[in-house]
Amino acid sequence: MSLLNYTLRIADSSLILAQRISGWCSKGPTLEEDIALSNIALDLFGQANGFLEYASKLDGNKTPDQLAFNRNEREFFNLQITEQENGNFADTIVRQFFFSTYSFLFYTELSKSTDETLAALSVKSLKEVKYHLQHSKSWMLRLGDGTEESKQKTQDALQYFWQFTGELFEMDEVDIEMSKSGIGVGNSELKTNWDKMVNEVINQSTLERPVDAYMQTGSKKGLHTECLGHLLSEMQYLPRAYPNAKW
Amino acid sequence: MQNGNIKYIWELLNTVPDPEIPVISVVELGVIRDVTFTNNSFVISITPTYSGCPAVKAFQDDIRRCLSQNGIEKFELKIVYYPAWTTDWMSQETKDKLMNYGISPPSKIVVCPQCKSDSTNLISQFGSTACKSLYKCVECLEPFEHFKCI
Repeated sequence: MSLLNYTLRIADSSLILAQRISGWCSKGPTLEEDIALSNIALDLFGQANGFLEYASKLDGNKTPDQLAFNRNEREFFNLQITEQENGNFADTIVRQFFFSTYSFLFYTELSKSTDETLAALSVKSLKEVKYHLQHSKSWMLRLGDGTEESKQKTQDALQYFWQFTGELFEMDEVDIEMSKSGIGVGNSELKTNWDKMVNEVINQSTLERPVDAYMQTGSKKGLHTECLGHLLSEMQYLPRAYPNAKW
Repeated sequence: MQNGNIKYIWELLNTVPDPEIPVISVVELGVIRDVTFTNNSFVISITPTYSGCPAVKAFQDDIRRCLSQNGIEKFELKIVYYPAWTTDWMSQETKDKLMNYGISPPSKIVVCPQCKSDSTNLISQFGSTACKSLYKCVECLEPFEHFKCI
């Protein structure tokens, strides 16, 4: 049961962020950037699919599609940062930078999992995440050290998304159990490296690291911000309105 | 043909082109990891290139069609994730085919497929498909696609 829950959390974060980023498709600031964001979304959908297939096997009852399309908000366990709206381009880049840095560290550790499937999916995901991280990092530098406006927007985005970064390193009983058994990652231990990587880029971008204040929490219990419901209503509309519809 | 001739299956698979880069086959792409014969049925292990690559679904359908058309009735396609697909598996011959087709093959030094100059600039890390990035040649000024190293 814990393993299923643990796998779903990973799958959900990828799935929800993928759905979010795909909102940029055909709306990117330049053609290259449109393609870049759509590709990142595609990778994340693919990663979510791998983890959902495994979750479906562990569950034994629901197909991967049913897991994606037939659950309600409270049954989703994605990190709250992934469901936040795209906002302006700086918002999207900061959200991606925080999440990709986290994913890079997380999958590096999960690649060593004693669970063969989780380890294999992590090795695969990590290769793609490296590209995502490079992409958002280079934009952080350009936006932060760019014009007055791009700098201000990126600083505002850092400020807004900071409250969702506490969740990345939280550990509840499921995480502790998974980590102790060698299956999962000790997320709290990722924070030192995450801080280091994030600080370095913030400094290089001539931006300021926000001061730690109130941190949002709750996704591990299925508690979300209001953004998730709206996202799901769009993502799940078709299979719910036309059950068993096929391409 | 359902006689356990694994070599024949490999030959058939080698005729199935990559749906997005038809100049190379799925075998040359490196996504066919294994072919076995058990209980009178072939098991073909496939690994995805990129997690979300839509071509993965397309070439599975192509493989099914190819095998059925050639009298192979009992087979199963199995997705394997480990070891993760890497462009390191691509042979020099395959890389040459890509180059001739106009796609710069995976390599540390990116070479222009038009004029073969190694003086090239990255335009975007992401290209028209998940596996490619966009470059421009400094010498002949032609834009081109580079097969990413992964």
